Amino acid sequence: MTEILADLNYWVTIFLMIGGLYIITAHGNMIKKLVGLGIFQTSVYLLFLSPGKVLGGTAPIIAPGFELYSNPLPHVLILTAIVVGVATIALGLALVVRIHEAYGTIEDDEVQEMEAD
Amino acid sequence: MMRDTVILRVVVKLLLPAILIFALYVQFHGDYGPGGGFQAGVAAAAAIILYGMVFGIDEAKKVVPRRIVNTMIPLGVLIFAGTGVASLLLGENYLDYSPLGSKPVKGQHLGILIVEAGVFITVASTMLAIFYVFGGRADEADEKGGEG
Amino acid sequence: MNTVLLLFMVVVVIGIIRAHNLFSVVILGGAYSFLLATVMVVLDAVDVAMTEAAVGAGMSTVLLLAVLHLTRTREAPLRHAPAIPLLVCLLTGSALVYATVDLPPFGLADNPQNQHVAPYYLDNAEKETKSPNVVTAVLASYRGFDTLGEVTVIFTAGIGVLILLSRRRRREMIVVDEGRSKHDA
Repeated sequence: MTEILADLNYWVTIFLMIGGLYIITAHGNMIKKLVGLGIFQTSVYLLFLSPGKVLGGTAPIIAPGFELYSNPLPHVLILTAIVVGVATIALGLALVVRIHEAYGTIEDDEVQEMEAD
Repeated sequence: MMRDTVILRVVVKLLLPAILIFALYVQFHGDYGPGGGFQAGVAAAAAIILYGMVFGIDEAKKVVPRRIVNTMIPLGVLIFAGTGVASLLLGENYLDYSPLGSKPVKGQHLGILIVEAGVFITVASTMLAIFYVFGGRADEADEKGGEG
Repeated sequence: MNTVLLLFMVVVVIGIIRAHNLFSVVILGGAYSFLLATVMVVLDAVDVAMTEAAVGAGMSTVLLLAVLHLTRTREAPLRHAPAIPLLVCLLTGSALVYATVDLPPFGLADNPQNQHVAPYYLDNAEKETKSPNVVTAVLASYRGFDTLGEVTVIFTAGIGVLILLSRRRRREMIVVDEGRSKHDA
């Protein structure tokens, strides 16, 4: 039982990943696509952080009285990735605003139809 | 935006200094506890964004003008990269902070502080600049009676 | 604790997939970010949790709401049954689940990923940089190049947003815009 619970982190990560992938591929609304992209991105955060956790360890801030610390390296990588993630999503949203101004819609198939006309 | 809500305006005015102090605490306590330039930058930007959301973006632009924000975005990157150049000139590898202080340990510590300040400046100003342009568009759309 | 939070996250994601009102999608996204930040605290990543709470739940929600204000708040219904995307997702998902079989067990200190360079950082970071928070030391000093690259990406993305949105709307564009939305309606 504890083994299944321990692997739950990975399984939820996978679920979030394919949930994000599904939103990106199946939905045509660009804002929803960007939210899906965000979910996919956060699943990668979990994918990096879960293996770095050491059971019985503590946060990697050195203090007397603690021996076991979690792996600090994934934290560093993901910390920067989060802020970069919001900056790139802002860029995507800026593109959506411009597309809405130019075409009057944010559904990708409607934009394609207008291009085809 | 929400210019008529008295309670919000008072609470925001009370919260604003607290959030800014917290951002500075996160920034300079980052070596000892959780925190650092990225978190502090977002927190500081969030304070101004909160102010802008309640009092209107034009008021926020009076507190932190666009010109300053636009200069701060590259300034942070330049501080970061310049620290690397400084350590090059002092005879070490790029971004090796050891020669910045009298002892390597002090140099490293100083280097971390400077670099985190650079990160803080770029992150805070980028977030603020993004908010200004999105919010500015929204105000423009309101004036022209755009769809809400 | 961890289990409950992870299951909550799954529920919220299903809610996001099913919701057609973009407003609720954005608010659920904020809730999702808070849950994720809490999971990160459980995983000992306190610095990351702080960033996620500020950025994911605060900043991106504000941006998405601003964009909803500028565009529209309802999603058009799907035009055809999402068979192919569903198939792709199921295949990817089963491949990934198959891959978890080979992962090392969760949370052991002698797993390969915890034996590579992390012990060096944990042993020496405080001695070499006088910074007890190992994450800060690695971020700014040991992996300074990495962080410089990330800051440059943020800088570039910020410049991109400014270029795309700071220009005032042109007159003729609005006319075309209105014509098209009338045509749509």
